[in-house]
Amino acid sequence: MATTGKQKATWGTANTVAILLAIIPVLWIVSLSFKDASTLTDATFWPKKWTLENYRGIFATSEFTHALINSIGIGLISTVIAVVLASMAAYAVARLRFPGKSVLIGMSLLIAMFPAISLVTPLFGIERTLGLFDTWLALIIPYVAFGLPLGVYTLSAFFREIPWELEKAAKMDGATPFQAFTKVIAPLAAPGMFTTAILVFIFCWNDFLFAISLTSTTRARTVPAAIGFFTGSSQFEQPTGSICAASVIITIPIIVFVLFFQRRIVAGLTSGAVKG
Amino acid sequence: MAEIVLNDVTKRFPDGALAVDRVSMEIADGEFMILVGPSGCGKSTTLNMIAGLEDISSGELRIGGTVVNNMAPKDRDIAMVFQSYALYPHMTVRENMAFALKLAKVPQQTIDQKVEEAARVLDLTQHLQRKPANLSGGQRQRVAMGRCIVRDPKAFLMDEPLSNLDAKLRVQMRTEVARLQRRLGTTMVYVTHDQTEAMTLGDRVAVMRSGLLQQLDSPAELYAHPVNLFVAGFIGSPAMNFLPAKLEEGCLRTAIGDIPVTDQLRQNLESKKVEREVLLGVRPENFEDAALVSPENKPRGVTFRASVDVVESMGSDIFAYFTLGTEQTVTSAELDELAKDSGRAEVGGGDGLQVVARLDPASTVKEGTDSELWADARSIHVFDPASGENLALAR
Repeated sequence: MATTGKQKATWGTANTVAILLAIIPVLWIVSLSFKDASTLTDATFWPKKWTLENYRGIFATSEFTHALINSIGIGLISTVIAVVLASMAAYAVARLRFPGKSVLIGMSLLIAMFPAISLVTPLFGIERTLGLFDTWLALIIPYVAFGLPLGVYTLSAFFREIPWELEKAAKMDGATPFQAFTKVIAPLAAPGMFTTAILVFIFCWNDFLFAISLTSTTRARTVPAAIGFFTGSSQFEQPTGSICAASVIITIPIIVFVLFFQRRIVAGLTSGAVKG
Repeated sequence: MAEIVLNDVTKRFPDGALAVDRVSMEIADGEFMILVGPSGCGKSTTLNMIAGLEDISSGELRIGGTVVNNMAPKDRDIAMVFQSYALYPHMTVRENMAFALKLAKVPQQTIDQKVEEAARVLDLTQHLQRKPANLSGGQRQRVAMGRCIVRDPKAFLMDEPLSNLDAKLRVQMRTEVARLQRRLGTTMVYVTHDQTEAMTLGDRVAVMRSGLLQQLDSPAELYAHPVNLFVAGFIGSPAMNFLPAKLEEGCLRTAIGDIPVTDQLRQNLESKKVEREVLLGVRPENFEDAALVSPENKPRGVTFRASVDVVESMGSDIFAYFTLGTEQTVTSAELDELAKDSGRAEVGGGDGLQVVARLDPASTVKEGTDSELWADARSIHVFDPASGENLALAR
C-alpha cells in the first residue's frame, strides 16, 4: 500500500501529539528534580541552575532507601510467586478438561475486575488481627491475588498457541507430565512468562492504595507510599524537589526491566516446531 | 524389538462416539504394518492407543508379551513420529535427538555416540547445531525419525509422517523410510490415508473404516482380492469402476454387455440369497482397447462400444474416461463414503456412469469418438450392494 504525503503527515502529527502528551510530564518531573530550591518555582522548562541536591537529600535519610528496598523486595517476590502459580494454573486451563473450569476462569476475571478500594478496609482488619499488618507479607498477599488473574489470562493464551503434539512427543520421549511442562512447554512459553512478569511487577511497583493502607512504618512501606510522607527541610518549604527526584529514581527500574526483558519477548520462538 | 498384539481393542470417547470398534491384529516382530483408511476411520486413534496417548476403553494391548493397557507411554519403550514432526523448537537438532536419552539418564558419552550415529545414517551430521526453524521440511522429517532411532525402541509408530512434504520429497522419503525400516528391522506401525504409501511400504496393510477393521492382508492380496466394496474402492489408483448389473438367465446384464456367471460366484450367490441387483467392480487396467486384444483372449471378456470423453496420455499408459448410459442404479453406503472421501461427491458425475480405463499406449482411441473397448471378465469383482461383500471370493 502506497502512502501519500498527506497520509504521512496525518499519521506523523497524531504520533507526535501522542508522544508529546506522554513525555512532557515526565520531562517536567526530571527537570524539576534537577532544580534547586530557589529556582523551583521559576516556571522555566530547563533548569537555570543544575543541582543534584534533591537526589543527595533523599538518599541522605534512611526513609527513602528503606522504601526502595521494600519496593524491590515485595515486587520481586510477588512477581515470582504470581508467575509460577499462574503458569501452572494457566497450563491447566489451556490443556485440561476438569469440572469447574469455567467457574475458575470466571472467578479469576471477577477478582481482576474487583475494585481494590472496596477490599482495603476488610484487608486492613484481617491483617491487623492476623498480625500481618505492616509486614512484607501484608502487601505480597494482595499483590499475588491481583497478579494471578492477569497472569492466568495472559499465560493461558500463550499455552494455547503451543502445539499439543510437542507435549505428546515429550511423553513419548519418556518425560513425566511435570518434565514435559518444565522442559518443553515452559521454555516455549517463556516470552509469555516475561510479559506476565513485567505486567505483574509494574502493578506491584506502582501500587499506592494497598501500600498506604496496609503499612504504617518504614518496615514495609514501599516507595509510592513513602513519597507521600516526604517533608520539606522546614515547615514552610514544599518537598517538591525531593518528590520529583524520588519519582525519577523509581522510574528507572521499570525502564531497565522492560528494556531487559523486551529482548526476550520475541515473537516466533515457536516457529519450526511444526512444518510451516 | 517386539511384536504388538491388539485383542478386541475398543475406543469410546467420553461423548459416546465409538472411534475404534473391537480391532484385533497381530503385528509380528520386525513387521512393517500400515493402518490405512479415510479420515475419521479410527486409524490415528488406534495408533495413539498403541502409543499410550489415548486410554483403551476395552480390549487388550500387548507389546512384547506384556499387557500395556495401563502403562504410561514412557514405560512402553516405543517411539513415535508425528504428522507435524513436533520437534522442540528451542532445542538444536542434537538436543532434540538426545532429549529422550537424557531423560532416561543415559551417560553423556553414550548419548553423543548414538546421536552421531543416527545423524550419520540420516545425513544430518552438518545440521546437528541448528535449530528446527532453520531446517527444510525434509530435514525436519529426518530429525523426527532420528529422535526415534537413537532410542532403539521396541517399535516405531508413525502418524502420517510424510503428509506435510511436497509430492517429490514424499516419494523420496517414502523410499528412505522403507530402507531405514529394513535396515533396523524394528517393528513399525505406520498410519496413512494415502493408499499409494500403504501399497508401497507395508508388509501388511490394515484397511479401516468407521472404527472397524475391514481387511488385513498383504498389499497384493488387498489389490487382487478385496473382501468388500470399500476396500476395493479404496485400494488402487485410479479407483476401481463400479457398474450396476442384473442377474438374469445365468449371466450378469450390464451396460458393457452380458458377462457369464462363474461357478464360484453362482455358489456364493445361492448361499447368500442375494437379490438380482449386484455391483460389478472393474479395475481400470482390466479394460483394453479392443483392437489390441489378441483373438484368443477376446472371448474371455466382453467387447463394447463407448464414447470416450477425455483421453489422458501418461506415456506409459493412456487413461480413457467414458460415460456409460444406463437406467440401472444401485446405491451403496460404502460407495457414497468413498466418493465423499475422494471428493468425487463434490465434483458431481453428471448423468450416466463415469468409467476410467487404463489402456496400452499403442491404443488409438480419440476424445469424442466412439471406440470399441474390451473388459476382461476373469478379473471382474461382484459385490452385494447391501452388505458390500465381495461375492466372487471363495470364502
